[in-house]
Amino acid sequence: MPVNLISIDDLTFFYNGLEILSDISFTVNKGDYLGIVGPNGSGKSTLIKNILGILKPQKGCINLFGQPLNMFRKWNKIGYLPQRLSALNTHFPSTVEEIVQMGISKSQSQKIKKALELMGIGHLATRLIGELSYGEQQRAMLARTLVGQPDLLIFDEPTTALDPETRDIFYTQIEELNRHKGTTIILVTHDTGLIGKYARHLLYLDKKIIFCGTFKDFCASADMTGFFGAISQHIICHQHDPLERKQ
Amino acid sequence: MGICEILHYDFVQRAILAGILIGAISSLLGVFLVLRRFSLIGDGLAHVTFGSVAVVLLIGISPFYVTLAALPIVMISSLVILKLTSTKRIQGDAAIGIVSSIGIASGIILASLSGGYNLDLFSYLFGNILTVNQTELLLAFIVFIVVAATVIFFYDDLFALTFDEELAKTMGIKTGKINTILFMLTAVAAVLAMRVAGIMLVSAMLILPPLTALQLSISFRMTIIASLIFSVLSVISGVIISFLLNLPAGGTIVIMNVVFLLLVFGVKKIPALQR
Repeated sequence: MPVNLISIDDLTFFYNGLEILSDISFTVNKGDYLGIVGPNGSGKSTLIKNILGILKPQKGCINLFGQPLNMFRKWNKIGYLPQRLSALNTHFPSTVEEIVQMGISKSQSQKIKKALELMGIGHLATRLIGELSYGEQQRAMLARTLVGQPDLLIFDEPTTALDPETRDIFYTQIEELNRHKGTTIILVTHDTGLIGKYARHLLYLDKKIIFCGTFKDFCASADMTGFFGAISQHIICHQHDPLERKQ
Repeated sequence: MGICEILHYDFVQRAILAGILIGAISSLLGVFLVLRRFSLIGDGLAHVTFGSVAVVLLIGISPFYVTLAALPIVMISSLVILKLTSTKRIQGDAAIGIVSSIGIASGIILASLSGGYNLDLFSYLFGNILTVNQTELLLAFIVFIVVAATVIFFYDDLFALTFDEELAKTMGIKTGKINTILFMLTAVAAVLAMRVAGIMLVSAMLILPPLTALQLSISFRMTIIASLIFSVLSVISGVIISFLLNLPAGGTIVIMNVVFLLLVFGVKKIPALQR
């Protein structure tokens, strides 16, 4: 029996009187790799912020790890990388090490070192975050997200500033965590082609859910062919992990 | 008169001790406020303090207890700024501006009602650390202990909140609670700093030491320590210089803060010390 990590029922969210999310219902089970895609302004980041309690929905309920959101306390089980790193104050006086250490105990210095090395920035540990390039800052933030080894990882457009090599390292690492350690992944992205390569489930959002299910179902769906057009559907489907298709 | 002779006076000792404690409080809190772009909260709360002092003097409370009596109004005003900011429809600087205007306007009206600007109100406008009394010294000591304990105990939470409030929320940090503590302590710091530098210069006590420390480009922990050191050095040198040259202590302390800031700027320009 699958274990529900996230369960969303009938979620509706308004901002300044505008409906941003409408009647959203879906579940994420332990071990899932869910890709959330959709056009600009489709409510992807808003949905994530509702799940994390940053925004409060006007209607509906959210359960995390079997508990209602307002009762949930074990936030160390969730790792989150927000989208808007560009808002980072470049004069913020903090070393990369201090940023990665955020939220974990000071005695875990080995874990910090490992996470930094994994992201290829071990040599930047004592540098100030504001002195790094945007891509290096993003790697530092990724290391921070991974260091606590949470059960659920939520990424909101994580690879925008990364070079192709680092992006591949990131995706490979995430996939490894998902396959071998059972870490549940939610990945918000614009890159519909790439999401097909890694995620097992797809949620297409445009203020409401257009599609939610496995890639197999998505690729076989005539409705989705009608909605996206055959070419777009093919772009998403043809990159999908062949290993997964065999499952 | 030599420095040793100056330090023999009770009121000078009290002034330096109170100045060190208040400088330490302001500089510790100032790091978080400056980085969160609430630099001018000191100005806003100082203007509220002006209004509060006018109320207190109008009622006729003994000047001995003015600082204590002004505290509740300033603390409430600080929470109003926080509340206005959290609505997201009003930016932090605008929220400070609203509260600041109300404070200064009510201060002017109340001062006028009490028969014009009397000497007591002027002494709060420009501050006089040499008149700090035992009650205020004790209050400064208690507040310093509370602020230092808060920064040590909630260091991780304050760090995360300062870095990114939304991210802090997702880490399970009770950002509302931490913000409330920070703003309440800032209100107390503003009232105390009024005695050192005067209402006109409160924000300088909160802004200049952290700003000087930030120029050093060091880690977060070291920035807090450096801010505290710059503040304490400014207070000690400011009080002594003001006494030796017969200058107003508040203004001299602030000028010493500026001197340290310029010194750090100058040192950073030395090529050998650049990264």
